[in-house]
Amino acid sequence: MQFDSISAFLDMGGYGFYVWLSYGVSIIALALLVFFSINSHKKIKQQIAQRIKREAKLRQAAELQKAQTSTDISNNI
Amino acid sequence: MTQLSYRAAFALIVKRDLMIAFRHRDDIINPLLFFVIVVTLFPLGVGPESTILSRIAPGIIWVAALLATLLSLDRLFKSDHRDGSLEQMLLSPHPVFILVLAKIFAHWLLTGLPLILIAPLLAVLLHLNESSYGALMLTLLLGTPVLSLLGAIGVALTVGIKKGGVLLSLLVLPLYIPVLIFATSAIDTAAMNLPYSGQLAIIAAIFFASLTLAPFAVSAALKVSTN
Amino acid sequence: MMWKWLHPYANPEVSYHFAGKILPWCARFAFAFLTIGITWALLFAPADYQQGDTFRIFYLHVPAAMLSMGIYLGMAIAALSSLVWQLKLADASAAAMAPIGATFTFIALLTGAAWGKPMWGTWWIWDARLTSELILLFLYLGVMALHNAFEDKTLAGKAAGILALVGVINLPIIKYSVEWWNTLHQGATVSKLGQPSMTADMFWPFLVCFIGFAFLVTTLICLRFRTEILNRNSMRPWVRELVTTEEQTHAV
Repeated sequence: MQFDSISAFLDMGGYGFYVWLSYGVSIIALALLVFFSINSHKKIKQQIAQRIKREAKLRQAAELQKAQTSTDISNNI
Repeated sequence: MTQLSYRAAFALIVKRDLMIAFRHRDDIINPLLFFVIVVTLFPLGVGPESTILSRIAPGIIWVAALLATLLSLDRLFKSDHRDGSLEQMLLSPHPVFILVLAKIFAHWLLTGLPLILIAPLLAVLLHLNESSYGALMLTLLLGTPVLSLLGAIGVALTVGIKKGGVLLSLLVLPLYIPVLIFATSAIDTAAMNLPYSGQLAIIAAIFFASLTLAPFAVSAALKVSTN
Repeated sequence: MMWKWLHPYANPEVSYHFAGKILPWCARFAFAFLTIGITWALLFAPADYQQGDTFRIFYLHVPAAMLSMGIYLGMAIAALSSLVWQLKLADASAAAMAPIGATFTFIALLTGAAWGKPMWGTWWIWDARLTSELILLFLYLGVMALHNAFEDKTLAGKAAGILALVGVINLPIIKYSVEWWNTLHQGATVSKLGQPSMTADMFWPFLVCFIGFAFLVTTLICLRFRTEILNRNSMRPWVRELVTTEEQTHAV
């Protein structure tokens, strides 16, 4: 252990501001990068899922319409 | 249909580009005017003392030349891309290398050469040291083709993008840094009456390297952009 | 024949699952190494006899700078293999690397400035290494901007790959020219910060930090690579199946 007390550790021999600035901003930058990477991964999956749902709905609607028109035609005959 | 030789194809494209450019003279004159205006802004910004001006003259002239080339680059492939003639050229039986080189050469004739011709005038305005005029001309002569060659890569990459203009400067300007450094240093060295052949040799090396490599990058980029 | 074992990884589905398999392990290693390394660097590593405790910035600055260059090289190699062997996945990995490299370049620049202020007296000097790091940041930003400008991500990957290759050819020239320019214009008042000779008790925490950052980079590349694969293959049946099954497991 290089430091006697917590205050000495925070002071970093008078250079506390520079050391903590470097470490703080680096950790924030990396955390943001990790956050955005995870976020974009989730987002792309959500988009794909939404599209699948939309397509399923459209297909259902089309089938329903087809069924209706066919019944209409059979009724008319 | 007769098969054109490589040289004939090269000459044909250069002639065609020059002819189109002479029909739109503004495209040639505007970058030059920009070059002149940027250079005249500097004395107004930093003050008219001739010692300061002659100290920063090489840097100003070269940075202004970079920016003027950048402005003119858009013309290189954009209109050809829009009217479809670029795709025709890529489909032609000639190697794309030749066609690309011809277009870049035409571009240099229309922007690099006028810049070189007008540069001594601006050097007078900036009180450039008398012994460095030769170095200024030589570096521009070797350096402006490099600007056209490297710039062509950037244009080829951005030609399919709608808002390509600002993006182009972001892509191309970092690549211009070595030329800028060696050219201004050659002019500075010449001002001290020292030999500057070393810097010139390096710029020449950069020129030949980009002459051989850049057309390949440009043709690869054009294939992506016209997809 | 030698490369036959590589062929399955040209299949996006196989690569997606492979990246998913190594991702958690890399993340664990990164966490372990970085925790140990940074604690060691901050608490136990000795202060430099000349630079005092500012030397602790070194444990961030140097790994970040080394990785920023390394990632650019990796991006260019991926771009080259995509151009030469038409590997679409190489494009995806190159696209995955650019933002990571840019972040590390930013960290290297910032820690360099924060180290320079107490040592040189100014936040920024046009030191050769800092300047070429700044230009590297511009190159990264160019690649990212070009990648974002294309709607079609396959085209975007190809275009960004060409730019990365042009950049990697230029990078040594830029680095050399900047160093040369720096020695030419070196003012007498600014003394260059000499690289202090590293003792063993400084080298080990540095190595641990470096390995930790390298694992973090691998983790992030895996994660972003998976995102790129999904983005490019979103219409494929295996992606649809994967997403629907994951949706169901989340819902339950």
